[in-house]
Amino acid sequence: MTSSIENVSRRRFLQGAAGLTLAVYLPAAKAASTATAAKASTAGANAAHAAFEPNAFLRIGEDNSVTVISKHLEMGQGTYTGLATIVAEELDADWNQVRVESAPADAKRFNNLFWGPAQGTGGSTAMANSWEQLRKAGATARAMLVAAAAKQWNVPAGEIAVANGEVRHAASGRKASFGQLARAAAELTPPAEVKLKDPKDFKLIGQRIPRKDNIDKTTGKAVYTQDVHLPGMLTAVVAHPPRFGAKVKSFNAAKAKAVKGVVAVLAIPTGVAVLARDTWSAKKGRDALVVEWDESQAFKLGSAQILARYHELAGQPGAVARKAGDAEQALAGAAHTLEASYDFPYLAHAAMEPMNCVVHWSKDGCEVWNGDQMQTGDQMALAKLFGLKPEQVRIHTLYAGGSFGRRANKDADYVLEAAHIAKALNRRVPIKLVWLREDDMRAGYYRPMFHHRLRAGLDSQGRLTGWQHRLVGQSILGGSPFAAMVKDGIDPVSVEGAANLPYTIPNILVDLHTPTDIGVPVLWWRSVGSTHTAFSTETFLDELAHTAGHDPVAWRLAMLAEHPRHTATLKLAADKAGWGTPLAPGKPGERRGRGVAVHESFNTVVAEVAEVTVQPDGSFHVDRVVCAVDCGIAINPDVVRAQVEGAIGFALAPVLYGAITLSDGKVDQSNFHDYPPIRMADMPRVEVHIVPSANKPTGIGEPGVPPLAPAVANALAAATGKRARKLPISAELLKV
Amino acid sequence: MITLNINGQAMRVDAAPDTPLLWVLRDTLQMTGTKFGCGMALCGACTVHLDGQPIRSCSTPVSAAKGKKITTIEGVGHDRVGQAVQQAWQQLDVVQCGYCQSGQIMSAVALLHSNRNPSDADIDNAMGGNVCRCGTYVRIRAAIHEAAKLLA
Repeated sequence: MTSSIENVSRRRFLQGAAGLTLAVYLPAAKAASTATAAKASTAGANAAHAAFEPNAFLRIGEDNSVTVISKHLEMGQGTYTGLATIVAEELDADWNQVRVESAPADAKRFNNLFWGPAQGTGGSTAMANSWEQLRKAGATARAMLVAAAAKQWNVPAGEIAVANGEVRHAASGRKASFGQLARAAAELTPPAEVKLKDPKDFKLIGQRIPRKDNIDKTTGKAVYTQDVHLPGMLTAVVAHPPRFGAKVKSFNAAKAKAVKGVVAVLAIPTGVAVLARDTWSAKKGRDALVVEWDESQAFKLGSAQILARYHELAGQPGAVARKAGDAEQALAGAAHTLEASYDFPYLAHAAMEPMNCVVHWSKDGCEVWNGDQMQTGDQMALAKLFGLKPEQVRIHTLYAGGSFGRRANKDADYVLEAAHIAKALNRRVPIKLVWLREDDMRAGYYRPMFHHRLRAGLDSQGRLTGWQHRLVGQSILGGSPFAAMVKDGIDPVSVEGAANLPYTIPNILVDLHTPTDIGVPVLWWRSVGSTHTAFSTETFLDELAHTAGHDPVAWRLAMLAEHPRHTATLKLAADKAGWGTPLAPGKPGERRGRGVAVHESFNTVVAEVAEVTVQPDGSFHVDRVVCAVDCGIAINPDVVRAQVEGAIGFALAPVLYGAITLSDGKVDQSNFHDYPPIRMADMPRVEVHIVPSANKPTGIGEPGVPPLAPAVANALAAATGKRARKLPISAELLKV
Repeated sequence: MITLNINGQAMRVDAAPDTPLLWVLRDTLQMTGTKFGCGMALCGACTVHLDGQPIRSCSTPVSAAKGKKITTIEGVGHDRVGQAVQQAWQQLDVVQCGYCQSGQIMSAVALLHSNRNPSDADIDNAMGGNVCRCGTYVRIRAAIHEAAKLLA
């Protein structure tokens, strides 16, 4: 990749900012071939043209501050810290002088290089797509600071060194801070080519350096969308219909309007909004509202009926996602065959900060404050609604209190709802839409429900000769702005992790049914398709290993010869977990077991070994999880460890408790009492080991999730002999 | 008008007596460090101290806070235990999205006020009402132990 640089401070790109601002021109990025969650170009835009627009990532002030502009959302995954580390490394900045600022919404300058001309955060791409871009931004700034010093001191640039935010010339003993050189550097022409560091010279990358958001987030100062207060702002709470697809028929606002603080009650396409001077009044107003719903177009099936349909569909061949050899024939000729089917429920993201959005529609355009995960899509949706140009929709991306994919809404759902309220009110005052927990949990956009059916054949030597994997579930991409990614009936995110099963199996068939008449909105949920495909493939493989009398680690390794990263990762996890050594026994009556799983997602390979203790009543605790991860160069190893620790906690909830179910089309769950997250006492001890790597960074936000559930299920099978076929895993299955 | 004692300061607010303390803090006083998560005392994001005891402000009417000392995340660093907990949280980089952490810190401070050397079981009990969807529990536990060391 080559880059040309221009100094945009001369063009007053950032007006009033004293010092050096850099913009980097980059050629059209080649989209990575991963089946990422939201990898897509926005409809109608021109990728090649837009990717050549400038991106401004760095500002050095005369006060010696280095401000890194983050084009990605910080939702907990450590993006601000990671992106700043990349820039600071090549700049040779002092970590303490580095600050991070959120980029404005602008697909031309701040696009995700893996997505074409669209700005957004997802598919664990933040570090991977920014790696070269930000190294060059940092290195270019460094070169310009050096050139400025060389000119001022009249010494050769080659004799100047930079370290810890200081520019020095050893022979003359002269030195200067970045701030002192910033103005002079801004007058220079940027170099066409810059040399990047040899990784062996990295000083920040690979080290444990503190997160950039940890002070604000431990003192209550961090600002989330929920915390935005603007002059004249009204807060909206919305009465939503009880079933997907229902509409407002009529409503009586008299009692709601009688609530002190309530200012307006308005019909909007998604329900009835109550606007008040504060959140509590808006909630009380909504509670007092009487709404009659038109349910003529509403979706009215329950989970059991949906599942019955999926089971029926699984009896027929589906669209082929992968075919090698002749799996049917291999199974017919097998010495042993094994068959199993698996059911996965809908899952809600249930981020701690329920969805919310602040919209100010004014005569100048529209301003948005949001923990925005897909700026370009949201910008286009609002521009269309208000009849504006996309650039007239200005988005302030704030910290998000979690997301797990929910804030990257393909239909801009909650953002559009806020905008519809602003439009319906038509008073040009800022509107803060607040979803209460119940609204958030019942709003849909769930991880889709899935049914899997697997069949496999072993020959007389216990070798795996044939593998058939059929999946049934709704498409996330189909019918969305990303529908073009669905090809020949295959939504790649439905089958990711299944179609690219890494094991060497001579005959393999993976096929898919995608029902299109289920009216429950679905969305990517941290690690997307791998949330279910890792479970079915890795538990079924484990079961086959036991059937054939193989050690589950050794057998996997034997079939992973073509995958050195899988091999190294699995070996490291097994080694660190003491695979093959006896587990300490539990108390009398307790059963203990150890299980393993390995899975690649977002170009990162993670292996996890879980240890469990099962009580006579079938309740169980995950005691310890040992992980190994290959995510390329670990930019900040401590953030990598934190992401895997957190992923394990996140992934454990649907193993132990979490499921969204429907009865007659109504969502049964509403809050954390009936959709329980895990709590302190549920959390296992976690050890994370990073596979040393010289490769470019790959994803880390999501890949820790997929192996956890199968590793636990395999450990439970080792302890009890019982195989879990659905999540969450019921105590009934495991009781003595 | 109700007079509240928040972080050592008297503050007069105009709020109906049944309004949850959370919304008085967040909307009336714009002290937004205390978070809304569930509205049903299920997640602990709204935890503040009332006379030193951790309570869920989303389910505590403002009238119940009258005449009591309210401590929030904005004021918890004024005492030694609060400082130690914030320091330990920063040293171990506990936070991810951070949205639950005000509540986690308030619960941890209350625990360490009553128990300077909590066991893992004590931590499980005291922190059981605080949910973290990012799953930072491993580090919360470690940070509480670290804060106990800083206070020893």
